[in-house]
Amino acid sequence: MQLTDKHKEYWQKTLRMTGLLLAIWFVATFVVEYFARELNSITFIGPLGFYMSAQGSLIIYVLIIGFYARYMNNLDQEYGVHEGEDE
Amino acid sequence: MASQTQSQFNAQLKKYYSFYTGGFIAFVIVVGILEQMGVPNKILGYMFLFATILLYAGIGFMSKTAEVAEYYVAGRRVPAFFNGMATGADWMSAASFIGMAGTLYHAGHDGLAFVTGWTGGYCLVALFLAPYLRKFGQFTIPDFLGARFGGNLPRLIGVIAAITCSFTYVIAQIYGVGLITSRFTGLEFGVGVFVGLAGILVCSFLGGMKAVTWTQVAQYIILIVAYMIPVVWLSVKQTGVPLPQIVAYTTVLPKVADLEKQFNDKATPKGAAEDSVRQIFRDRAAAADAKLKGLEAGGANFLAEEKAKLSAKVAELKAAPAPDVKAVEAAEKAVKDFPADAAAAKAAWTKDKAGAAARAAPVKAHAQPYQGKDEAAQDKARKNFLALVMCLMVGTAALPHILMRYYTTPSVKEARISVFWSLFFIFLLYFTAPSLAVLVKGEVYGNLVGSSFASLPAWVSNWATVDKTLMNIADINKDGIIQLAEIVIGGDLVVLATPEIAGLPYVISGLVAAGGLAAALSTADGLLLTIANALSHDLYYKMIDPNAPTVRRIAVSKGLLLVVAVLAAYVTSMKPGDILFLVGAAFSLAASGFFPALVLGVFWKRANKLGAIIGMSAGLGTCAYYMYMTYPFFKVNAPLWWDINPISAGTFGIPVGFIGVIIGSLISPAPSKEIQELVDHVRYPNLAGDIDTSGR
Repeated sequence: MQLTDKHKEYWQKTLRMTGLLLAIWFVATFVVEYFARELNSITFIGPLGFYMSAQGSLIIYVLIIGFYARYMNNLDQEYGVHEGEDE
Repeated sequence: MASQTQSQFNAQLKKYYSFYTGGFIAFVIVVGILEQMGVPNKILGYMFLFATILLYAGIGFMSKTAEVAEYYVAGRRVPAFFNGMATGADWMSAASFIGMAGTLYHAGHDGLAFVTGWTGGYCLVALFLAPYLRKFGQFTIPDFLGARFGGNLPRLIGVIAAITCSFTYVIAQIYGVGLITSRFTGLEFGVGVFVGLAGILVCSFLGGMKAVTWTQVAQYIILIVAYMIPVVWLSVKQTGVPLPQIVAYTTVLPKVADLEKQFNDKATPKGAAEDSVRQIFRDRAAAADAKLKGLEAGGANFLAEEKAKLSAKVAELKAAPAPDVKAVEAAEKAVKDFPADAAAAKAAWTKDKAGAAARAAPVKAHAQPYQGKDEAAQDKARKNFLALVMCLMVGTAALPHILMRYYTTPSVKEARISVFWSLFFIFLLYFTAPSLAVLVKGEVYGNLVGSSFASLPAWVSNWATVDKTLMNIADINKDGIIQLAEIVIGGDLVVLATPEIAGLPYVISGLVAAGGLAAALSTADGLLLTIANALSHDLYYKMIDPNAPTVRRIAVSKGLLLVVAVLAAYVTSMKPGDILFLVGAAFSLAASGFFPALVLGVFWKRANKLGAIIGMSAGLGTCAYYMYMTYPFFKVNAPLWWDINPISAGTFGIPVGFIGVIIGSLISPAPSKEIQELVDHVRYPNLAGDIDTSGR
């Protein structure tokens, strides 16, 4: 089994997307919660700091995972490493 | 069935579960009609209990199997959507269903650590584990450790870690099962545990993962319907809008915040009334404090004097011309319950003082994060919040009973989509729980407080007679009006009483109980199967007898399932420790033991056997050591490190695990070419000339 350059590029892209989404996850969780007191002075549906932990961050998580699944499944096709249909 | 394509199978499943959902709703309606015809509540409770357990048993029976791939991974043909539902039920336990809204009611913002922690962890599952484990495609998590790091030792540590965290967690689940069964049928707690256990076993015993999967889908549908109906109804009742997740924050939360201010402001009528109650508790706390000081100074003499005073009071009451029977009884009880020695007296009075002081304290603002008396206390609260969120998230991405579910999808592609559905279905409940807490708070603060003791709402008096730990209400300052400081609410009440608060008939309360039961049973199913598989597949088949025939492998697994289940029920019936701590411990242990080795196993080719051994055992060891040293249950009570609470022991275990894997790998040779090829194999969904690791 020899990996071609194309394979390596696929893995690089995977790592880049993983890193990017992880960064968004980190900000949506720890940065937002660290500043929860400050964010509470803004009102968005409820006090923003409270709202983010109760609902806002959760929505971001769902979007992160949905986007990742779509991106990766397309990337598989693009680089020819997708599985056969209905195996 | 075998010649059926995946899409036909998918369509058939959709049909089955639509029929099933319709049938279940029809069942609820029939029970509702029976209620209107005057069938007593207790019978209705039994109907829900036995109908649902019978249903799960039926699905288990229909899915009975003796094939290895069917038994361990449901034949790897569970579509993403249904695997998402099954994962949701597998994931959401009694603690999520019954306990969470109550925790949020009491802790306000700071309880949200559980909400974000238990959802955000799925990002880690999606990005780091699910697709890669699916590509590897064997049966258990220790399987991956065994293949990736080579040799039996990493596998063995994996088995130990899987059993430790799953067993800790399963005790909490069976406890929940016992609690719900006993509450809604009047059976004894111990009996309730074993009835629930029967419900768990009929399903997993016959058909392993296949039966558990299809039952969990059925259980998810029940639990989400049961959770949503009362909350939506309550929202309509309070605000006229059926969107609790929005109106709770836009309409109810500002009202709650306003009332919180009034309760804490002596200048307002409400605040003055509250303060008169709090003053009584302050006096009680001071009295307990005085007794403690007296005890310290006078020792045994002081104790004897105090007891003599109480005895004198009994004599005095009895000598009265017309003795007040109740007062005499109370005074006699006080003499009887008087602490036997100085140590017992100190413990009892310290508890009295703390209890009274807590009830004398002002109301905490619901939406205000990290409250504390000074800057240092607030920073400590924030630090612990963030640490807990991290442990819960990483633990989510390391619990074997969850990761195992992603072996059951037909492909890597489906595994990725399946994580999305999993979180979506979990999200439905988790983004509702915080709004339910706010709605119930609105009801208690806005309507219950200020009404009169003479006309208590039915739900209050009902629950106060059922269980004092859930609803304790007494007119402390004798003004005939309810003040907030006169109410003590147990966390579980928030979900259990919502149907009654919303003015729904008893059938919905039965539905909620069935939902709670479904949540606890489904999680217990997944956990017991994980433990039995770790023992039968990894320990017995892979390490002791690799030539064992299929029939014997499955027979061993089923036998172990039975043994583990009975053992877990036995431990549970002794009621060990605190549920929330058991759950937290399971997450910290899993996070420290598994996560570093699993993630580095996929993302770092250089990681090797020695690294995995050192990393996993050091991570697990650090986490267990910290919990042992600091959790009050073990009575060591060593000082905390950086003020981190024992529930977040993973804060230390996770980094130690990562460092262990890295150091251990760097001081020993790189893994062999075969293992490096295995890593490439899991990274690419499909490679030309690829090796085959799929277990058959």
